[in-house]
Amino acid sequence: MSPDEIRGMAEREREHQAGRSCVLQVCTAAGCQPMQSVEIKTALEAEAKARGIGEHQCQVKSVGCLGLCGSGPLVRREPDGAMYQRVTPGDAPAILDSLGSAPPTHLFLDTRQPFFARQTRIVTANSGRIDPERLEDYLAAGGYATLARVLTEMSPQEVIGEITRSGLRGRGGGGYPTGLKWSTVAKSPGTPKTIICNADEGDPGAFMDRSVLESDPHRMIEGMLIAAYAVGASEGYIYIRAEYPLAIARLKTALRHAERHGLLGNNICGTRFNLRIELRLGAGAFVCGEETALIASIEGNRGTPRPRPPYPAERGLFGHPTLINNVETYANVPSILERGGEWFAGIGTERSKGTKVFALTGSIANTGLIEVPMGITLRDIVFEIGGGVPEGARFKAVQTGGPSGGCIPEQYLNTPVDYESLMSLGSIMGSGGMIIMDDSSSMIDVARYFMEFCMTESCGKCIPCRMGTVEMHELLGRFLNGSAAKADLDLLEDLCEMVKSTSLCGLGQSAPNPVLTTLRYFRPEYDAALAAGGR
Amino acid sequence: MLPKPPLPDPPSDDKRWKIVATSMRRLGNQPHALIEALHSLQQTFGFLDRPGLEYIAGTLHAPLSKVYGAATFYHHFRLKPKGRHTCIVCTGTGCYIKGANRLLDDIEKKHGVKPDQTSADGEISLLTARCFGACGLAPVVVLDEEVLARVTSDDVERKLAEVRGNVPR
Repeated sequence: MSPDEIRGMAEREREHQAGRSCVLQVCTAAGCQPMQSVEIKTALEAEAKARGIGEHQCQVKSVGCLGLCGSGPLVRREPDGAMYQRVTPGDAPAILDSLGSAPPTHLFLDTRQPFFARQTRIVTANSGRIDPERLEDYLAAGGYATLARVLTEMSPQEVIGEITRSGLRGRGGGGYPTGLKWSTVAKSPGTPKTIICNADEGDPGAFMDRSVLESDPHRMIEGMLIAAYAVGASEGYIYIRAEYPLAIARLKTALRHAERHGLLGNNICGTRFNLRIELRLGAGAFVCGEETALIASIEGNRGTPRPRPPYPAERGLFGHPTLINNVETYANVPSILERGGEWFAGIGTERSKGTKVFALTGSIANTGLIEVPMGITLRDIVFEIGGGVPEGARFKAVQTGGPSGGCIPEQYLNTPVDYESLMSLGSIMGSGGMIIMDDSSSMIDVARYFMEFCMTESCGKCIPCRMGTVEMHELLGRFLNGSAAKADLDLLEDLCEMVKSTSLCGLGQSAPNPVLTTLRYFRPEYDAALAAGGR
Repeated sequence: MLPKPPLPDPPSDDKRWKIVATSMRRLGNQPHALIEALHSLQQTFGFLDRPGLEYIAGTLHAPLSKVYGAATFYHHFRLKPKGRHTCIVCTGTGCYIKGANRLLDDIEKKHGVKPDQTSADGEISLLTARCFGACGLAPVVVLDEEVLARVTSDDVERKLAEVRGNVPR
């Protein structure tokens, strides 16, 4: 497709959409689908048809995540944006009855509440608005227009300059400056260069990338295309976990559509830029989220990491210079190029720019997906946006960063969410899972849960991680069954330091974090376990 | 350069081997097709058996030890056949906080299966998943592709009884 064809197709779709007086957007992402949202869509269509309401009057549309998964299945209404919650297929008549007025009380979801009002949506801007399985919808929302402009009007160096100015940092958890990574790959000698999207979202309790891929897959693909142009890559891979069948299906559809319309393949947008993207399925190994392990897996090997340097930017997939970023990082790229690095750098804090998508789960009123500007406090996320812990329970800790992160107690809730602040608390930003725990959770038990995870997921290549996680798991078990002695506490602390400083990759280096933070903030629980054991 | 040894014949004349062969040929029968080939074998036949692994090793010209090494490294791959029904309990953090372990304990008590085991009558295989990413629905159980959201042990029991075909009255 040439830039003109992209514009033309977008224009036609926009005109088409403008003719509709009402659209009912039904969430069919993995959060609502198990709650019969596909049946709800069918029921709404049937009811509209029975009433003689044509598609130009009221269209029923399948969309991605609407955010508040805990109140699902959700339906949103255009043009006024009113929302219906906990919908069942039987509610179809009531929804159509209410088209010109407010939703009935039992279905009404207040969109003025902080959960919606306090979000800043960049990555999730189209999520819950467009049909993820239609390219036309993405084009009508302005999609691929930025790609066309980048390819025809900007040099690769200018693109990297814009990303550097934006201050974007890797959203997979590490927080490495994206502009710097891109320029390293661009400068590396050797062809062909490769670009990889890490969609192996392995942290339990995190579903940001799944949601982006299920709701707006073309945004991520457009981001990859721009990145490939900037670094000079012609081969692309998306490594996605096999546990996300719906995301895989929608991604496949999107790739097929992009190929058919000449947005992937040779001479993209009528220029000399070529890129092919292949999908690779993960096979249930957490360690494959680590970049060198992920590369080993695509190469057909056991997913074990290797020491760096050389970094993948110099020697990556099949020995070629390789750029690896995660889904959310790529999904930020089109907006940055569209609105400029300066605009993006204006959101967030001094060193953490832009927004971050978080998945709120655990003991919290509003379970779901949010996108907030960096620098917002943990308290605002948990108590304002999240609505606090449910009635009758008391907040105890918020866990960020999954098995590599830590548990943060109430007295630190005023900490702003940015890479450095979370690290100073002994946790990490991570990929965006936030699990809220109330006073019914034992922190030692939580630490052991994560240690069990790391122990099972350790690839076994380096000894500190392979043996250390087993020993720490065993020691934590002693605290839980009352057989721990004072010496065990000292040993546990020693082991944490040893595993942290001597493991080969991020998995081992960060595995002690849940233990270290619970020792730091919830030490009385360990002391009580010692006292109860009488030692 | 030595000529490559010829491609091996499939383990049987079952037509489904063509699916596995295609998955490897698509990537030029190169060793890096290994993980894709294992996915294809498991999707087609339900689990990875020795003749299948030997066939993949022969086609990709990779040592059987390497194929076996990869098959056992990744949790997704199974070397044993599954029971008639599969019950997957999500043990991600969201589900764990909401009592996934209690669900597992209760299933074990009732059916005598631990995770990764199949009940003695071959009816139910119990598996655990790291996280389905549907944490808004926690705790989540997936029974034969059907996602059961916000379940209790009683819900799971009722569903298991249903699929076993003896609904309690």
